[in-house]
Amino acid sequence: MWTIGPLGFTTPMLLLGLVLLPILWLILRAVPPAPVRRRFPGVALLLGLSDAEHQADRTPWWLLLLRVAAVAAAIIGFAGPVLNPEPERSGRGPLLVLVDATWADARDWPRRMAGLEDLIEEAGRAGRPVAVAALTDLPPGGPQFQSADAWIRRLPALAPAPWEPDAAALAAWAEGLTGPVETYWMSDGLARESRAALLERLEALGPVTVFESPRPVLALRPARFEDGEIRLTALRAEPGAATEAEVGAFGLDPLGVERQLATATFRFEAGAAEAETALSLPPELRNRVTRFALTGQRSAGAVSLADDSLKRREVALISGTPARERLRLLSPTHYLEQALAPTADIIEGGLDEVLLANPDVIVLADVARLAPAEAEAVQAWVEEGGLLVRFAGPRLAASDVSRDAEDPLMPVRLRAGGRSVGGAMSWGEPKTLRPFAEGSPFYGLPVPEEVTVSAQVMAQPDPTLAERAIATLADGTPLVTRKSLGEGQVVLFHVTANAEWSSLPLSGLFVQMLERLAVSTRPETPAAADLAGTTWRAEEVLDGFGTVRDAGTLPGIPGERLAEGRPGPGLPPGLYAGEDRRLALNVIGAQTALAPAVWPATVAVEGLALAEERDLKPLLLALALGLLALDVIAALALGGRLRGPRAGLAAAVALALVLPLPQGAAAQAAGGGSAPAEAPSDPARDAAAIAATTAVVLAHVKTGDPQLDRMAEAGLFGLSRRLFQRTAVEPAAPVAVDLETDELSFFPFLYWPITPDQPTPSPEAYAKLNRYLRSGGLILFDTRDANLGGFGTSTPNGRKLQQLAAPLDIPPLEPVPPDHVLTRTFYLLQDFPGRHASRDVWVEAAPPDAEQVEGMPFRNLNDNVTPVVIGGNDWAAAWALDENGNPLYPVGRGFAGERQREVAVRFGINLIMHVLTGNYKSDQVHVPALLDRLGQ
Amino acid sequence: MTAAPRLRSEAEGLAAPLPPLLAEAEHLASTVLLGEHGRRRSGLGDEFWQYRPATSSDEARAIDWRRSARSDSHFVREKEWQAAQSVQLWVDGAASMRFASRPDLPSKAARARLLGLALAVLLIRGGERVGLFGEAARPARGEPQLLRIAEVLTGEGDGADYGAPEARGMLPHSRAAFLSDFLGNTAAVEAQLLKAADRGVRGALLMVLDPQEEEFPFDGRTIFESMGGTLRHETLKAGDLRARYLERLAARKARLEELARMTGWQASVHRTGGPALPALLWLYRALERRR
Repeated sequence: MWTIGPLGFTTPMLLLGLVLLPILWLILRAVPPAPVRRRFPGVALLLGLSDAEHQADRTPWWLLLLRVAAVAAAIIGFAGPVLNPEPERSGRGPLLVLVDATWADARDWPRRMAGLEDLIEEAGRAGRPVAVAALTDLPPGGPQFQSADAWIRRLPALAPAPWEPDAAALAAWAEGLTGPVETYWMSDGLARESRAALLERLEALGPVTVFESPRPVLALRPARFEDGEIRLTALRAEPGAATEAEVGAFGLDPLGVERQLATATFRFEAGAAEAETALSLPPELRNRVTRFALTGQRSAGAVSLADDSLKRREVALISGTPARERLRLLSPTHYLEQALAPTADIIEGGLDEVLLANPDVIVLADVARLAPAEAEAVQAWVEEGGLLVRFAGPRLAASDVSRDAEDPLMPVRLRAGGRSVGGAMSWGEPKTLRPFAEGSPFYGLPVPEEVTVSAQVMAQPDPTLAERAIATLADGTPLVTRKSLGEGQVVLFHVTANAEWSSLPLSGLFVQMLERLAVSTRPETPAAADLAGTTWRAEEVLDGFGTVRDAGTLPGIPGERLAEGRPGPGLPPGLYAGEDRRLALNVIGAQTALAPAVWPATVAVEGLALAEERDLKPLLLALALGLLALDVIAALALGGRLRGPRAGLAAAVALALVLPLPQGAAAQAAGGGSAPAEAPSDPARDAAAIAATTAVVLAHVKTGDPQLDRMAEAGLFGLSRRLFQRTAVEPAAPVAVDLETDELSFFPFLYWPITPDQPTPSPEAYAKLNRYLRSGGLILFDTRDANLGGFGTSTPNGRKLQQLAAPLDIPPLEPVPPDHVLTRTFYLLQDFPGRHASRDVWVEAAPPDAEQVEGMPFRNLNDNVTPVVIGGNDWAAAWALDENGNPLYPVGRGFAGERQREVAVRFGINLIMHVLTGNYKSDQVHVPALLDRLGQ
Repeated sequence: MTAAPRLRSEAEGLAAPLPPLLAEAEHLASTVLLGEHGRRRSGLGDEFWQYRPATSSDEARAIDWRRSARSDSHFVREKEWQAAQSVQLWVDGAASMRFASRPDLPSKAARARLLGLALAVLLIRGGERVGLFGEAARPARGEPQLLRIAEVLTGEGDGADYGAPEARGMLPHSRAAFLSDFLGNTAAVEAQLLKAADRGVRGALLMVLDPQEEEFPFDGRTIFESMGGTLRHETLKAGDLRARYLERLAARKARLEELARMTGWQASVHRTGGPALPALLWLYRALERRR
């Protein structure tokens, strides 16, 4: 290797070939380009003409330069140039390779392994013994120095661990090292306390080289739930320029398939090491999230498992007294709402609606009796694992629910009336609570003095009462009773959910009791004391690459160990299940911060240099080839052989040769930059929209039957032409409309011929149609079968029409009344024939209160355009004209037929006039009255 | 038994090029609306020429009674003298005519043959006697003559690099048309034209050129060869020659014009890049026009 500045050459001897370039220059200069032989009759006229200048036969200087440059590029290319060559390692004695092998290494683990392999091979060629040690998995008894081959075979067994090296074990291991040894440390680039001692020891033993990858380290902190949003924090080791990172929330979809449920983007400000984002998900979706992962980051630190702390229980609140406008504090559910709102999602509504949402808990506040169907549904829901919490109240006390026999939805039988203590009309003081007995879910909760109960419903003494009571008053009467029902349970608070009967809802105990009943969710991380003595079982574990694996048969983990929150060899990060909840142990804790490793100046750090080693040989050879290709084109051009179609091709090739870089960059930009979600506007679609809106355009629905579509088009063409001739409406050529893809709102009028086998539009198309009808569009349905057999009852077209129109938002219909505005918008008509002359044409029914006023010829009918006109007279066939204006289809016979065609056309004109002018002609009725009023 | 099929196949092979050329020529000719070219003097013919007062030498049946009834004297209806004219064509078949600069262009020879035959079609339909110079197709009338002309035209051209008209058997006071590129020596053309002028023959010179010959779009070091390979010229910068070549070409055209003017002929240039019909019309009018 021979280097000049940042350039190195592997075979510098070849550079001597550059000496030949001047000689080449001279040779090329002396040889003129080869002549072209042409057959040309005009040569007779050329005889005797001589060339004006004799220098022109020399090769032009720029072509010479091109050729010499090509040859020079080839010579330099074959000399093996390398930009920023890495210095060759030279060392003797044993080589110790340390690999951090933490989760932060996982991001480019294959590259590290490849580098490691090269390193070991190189050491092997030098005959040095090698030892490889992963700091997260220290080889017991010090490093094992072996031959390079042996280590290369063992390399695939190395894997990054999803935890960090144990400082104490590392220090002990470092003590055991003996030298002299040269160390090559593949660092993951994160600052760590344990590094300093080890580095000191290693430097004492021999030279140390550190390798760090320039790729950024990103990590994800556990998600928090705040203010109805999931808040996520991403960390990066080196605060640098502003970047973005994407995070995905993964979970099972309703089919049980894991998929990405949501994404969010982190925006790292320039110089910031943390970035935060919020994810707002509906509760159903949120409860499905099992983990968050930074996309494109393959490491355990970029994955954060979600545990129960993200899950929020859905609680349905139902009160017996409907919420009226009354004092809030008296509302039966006010305190429940206050207690549950921070930690649970509250659903309100009727019982039947609520059950559909399948909540975790249903709270019935002073609801006495349920309808039998509701009671059955609730019971089924409880038996499948629901928790029904009931509160007593005046209604329950007054009813006879669970009086004689135990109601399935009540834990105990109740005595009539209840009791009140400490009131004006009773003896005794309000009762306080007795401390909770062992075995009660409330065991251990402190009982505040100020909680008193002044009224309650009383349970019938039963053999089962004692075991069902989970909270009692000081005098032993049950306050809270519970029974299991199927998989679920029913809990009754014998007091009201508001402060009328007791001060329990006012106290913090109420919230804690709800928590213990698993009505609300517990606060996030349990304290170490809570976990003391518990045993946790791993359900899922993460490996160093952030892949979630089934835990298999890992031994149970004591709660104290889990509470430390530091993953280690015996405690891989993952999801741990306890008795009633699951805890996630993540690589990155809520407080973890990342910082880049700092190495003392005495240590050589590799891999961080901005200039990467780059082999220039392919580049130069490609340049030489490109120049030669250019030379071919230039020589052809000079020789006059580049004419006609070949010239264009050659120009394209030359351009492609000259501009490879910008093109490549553009292609990369196009491919790499994620295209914005905004749909590009379609010019053809825009043109169609402009054409449809510059004039009145009649449209027909594509039925899929080409003959029928042609007929409809010809019909609308005929109608358009007649409108043009006879009225002020000047329509453009009619348009066929595809309901699925085309925009309908451009067309005032749609003609929809019915065939029995036309496809039913999609729900989206129906939504579009309904929007169209509501916003003033008119659809003329034509069954084209003259309603043989009565309207829509038996003809196939009629049945199809019923089927097609069922999802449409069509108002009540009636046959066209004689005073409908359709009968007089342009022509005075009473018949609406097409090719058939059936009477039954249906339009929107008149409002029931429309009555004919004395002296008025017409009723004051709808104020709108009727959204549909339905008939079977095959109007389009009667309207249809060819380009020359001749009718396409026969109508009737002789003059009567022509008359029928004319009336059909008049109906069409009336219809379009009705569409375009609405009830204008209806309002004309008032003209005499208005004129009269004006005194004219 | 074998003779007949062989004869037939040979005949078909021989006739193969004829119908397309003839058909093409007929097609081209059919686009020209034909008018009989009268002699503008009274004689035998179909067209009315004039009424003249009857003389005693006129037969009674020569008197046009319808015209005479309108006046007191007798009139004779005279027809225009329609004499058949002999037209002789020379279509250059030399090697230089086989040049076509682009595959989609016809060669000059093909275009010249087409024009010549189409002209023959027109003239024969007009009742003239048409033929080629030389013994192969002496002027005659009637459709069979067309086939004869076509056969001679599609025959092998002579091997010479540049053609020269050989106006053997030039009929006095006939008409003639020379179709060639006239790129060779002009001396032969001059001689023939002077000979023609001596015999009172009038006619047209049509110079058929390829677009490339008029543009000279060449560059670089080039060796130009004639089609037969007998002439060659080497240049190092073809582009420099363009102006001088075009100058010489213009001079050649001017010389032809001058010759034509001297001898009462007409001259024009036709490019194979353009349509054939204008050239045909020009030829037809040139042969018809009188001084």
